[in-house]
Amino acid sequence: MDLATRWSNLFVGMSPASFFNFSFLPKYGVYFLQALGYTLLLAVISVLLAVIPALLLAFMRLSKNKFVRGISGAYIAIFRSTPLLVQLSIIYFGFFGAISIPRLYIFGFIDISRFIPGVVALALNSSAYVAEIFRAGILAVDAGQTEAARSLGLSATQAMKLVVLPQAIKNVLPALGNEVVTMVKESSICSTLGMVELMFAAKTVATSTYISLAPYVLAALMYFCITYPAGKAIEALERRMRRGDKH
Amino acid sequence: MATSTNSLIRVTDVCKEYNGGSVHALSHCNLSVKKGEVVAIIGPSGSGKSTLLRCLNLLEQPTSGTIYFKDVALNGKKVNLDLHRREMGMVFQHFNLFPHMTVKKNITLAPVKLGLKSQAEADAQAMALLERIGLADKANEYPAMLSGGQKQRIAIVRALAMAPEVMLFDEPTSALDPEMVGEVLDLMRDLAKDGMTMVVVTHEMGFAREVADRVVFMSEGAIIEEGPPADLFDHPQSERLQSFLAKVL
Repeated sequence: MDLATRWSNLFVGMSPASFFNFSFLPKYGVYFLQALGYTLLLAVISVLLAVIPALLLAFMRLSKNKFVRGISGAYIAIFRSTPLLVQLSIIYFGFFGAISIPRLYIFGFIDISRFIPGVVALALNSSAYVAEIFRAGILAVDAGQTEAARSLGLSATQAMKLVVLPQAIKNVLPALGNEVVTMVKESSICSTLGMVELMFAAKTVATSTYISLAPYVLAALMYFCITYPAGKAIEALERRMRRGDKH
Repeated sequence: MATSTNSLIRVTDVCKEYNGGSVHALSHCNLSVKKGEVVAIIGPSGSGKSTLLRCLNLLEQPTSGTIYFKDVALNGKKVNLDLHRREMGMVFQHFNLFPHMTVKKNITLAPVKLGLKSQAEADAQAMALLERIGLADKANEYPAMLSGGQKQRIAIVRALAMAPEVMLFDEPTSALDPEMVGEVLDLMRDLAKDGMTMVVVTHEMGFAREVADRVVFMSEGAIIEEGPPADLFDHPQSERLQSFLAKVL
């Protein structure tokens, strides 16, 4: 008897609705792992893509020009005040309905014709949140830093680039990490558009095996095993940074 | 309009208002500082001393009046302020060293980024300056590792690295532990001896009396009295200066 059959035998007689009916694992284990990879790529790439537009939005938000401030403010307000699922649907069917991306697979399981619209939507959403993180980070740098830089003759741009931003970015690293953690969870919404991430995998396995609960329990465990340690690591990083900042 | 004078800095009829005129931080201040002169600005807290000093390099924009530096109206139109600020070093109460850079990088940042010196030249200059204040061994430390007195002395040489024409000091010893005040004042005294033009906002009356060529007394945003320290401290004319000196001396 091979290992997979032995494993399946462990669950013989267990109800398909049981919490712990993991008899599907030998057949779908790899599928779940790929889906987890999909989820992580979706989250990390979205936040990374969000960084540059978020910085731009943050600078616009801090601009003296009322019009520029307004544009950025409107963008942030719209993306923070509407559900991600709605944004995703509009971007997927609206924008990416008009342009077609070829069905091309990377790593054998990521279909870019679905992955790219998902990443773009998540990144646009995330940039609104990350913009606020950057804005707070820039404002948290003591005004004396800018004054010292300007009094030496550095321009406003140089003061921002050389003195304020490096300190601001260091300060916002934990918040950026938390944004990735949030995205890992939020990206489950992409399952509704057929992106084969963790939630989609759970749903697929549940419907094809008639094991109605355990695939979701497994997905929950996998989400937890990523986000909880990541959150703890970020907390530790924050504590260490606070200690290092004492003058 | 800009009549040629031998003043390095000239402040004419400067007013500063906040909150649309509801707060008058400065009212009709006139002041001139000659090359090589050391001017101390004294007065009670909230009297506008720091605001006036910060107007000199336009960290604060005056509401009205004009600041001349070498006969250029700094708050006029089409003035490249950055070019003038290079020649006006400033030292702050809270040092404002850049915490993410080493001591040496703090000193070399502006000369290098403004294209005045190569990194090697700036490094050599920074080491010479640090040598002068006895902190050469701290060149590669970060500011967080230094005492307040060391930070302020490094902030002073950071400004000096730009070879400024004038040094502006905004209560440079107010945030220091008492035992560190002396080392900062000693360095400032040396600068004065070397002929540096200095404007110093200070609560150190002993320093003002000893080092300043001229003392300016401010109260409620106005310059009430100014003159040589001996006159001001020993024969105060106005009631406000008399009562201020009675409290602080």
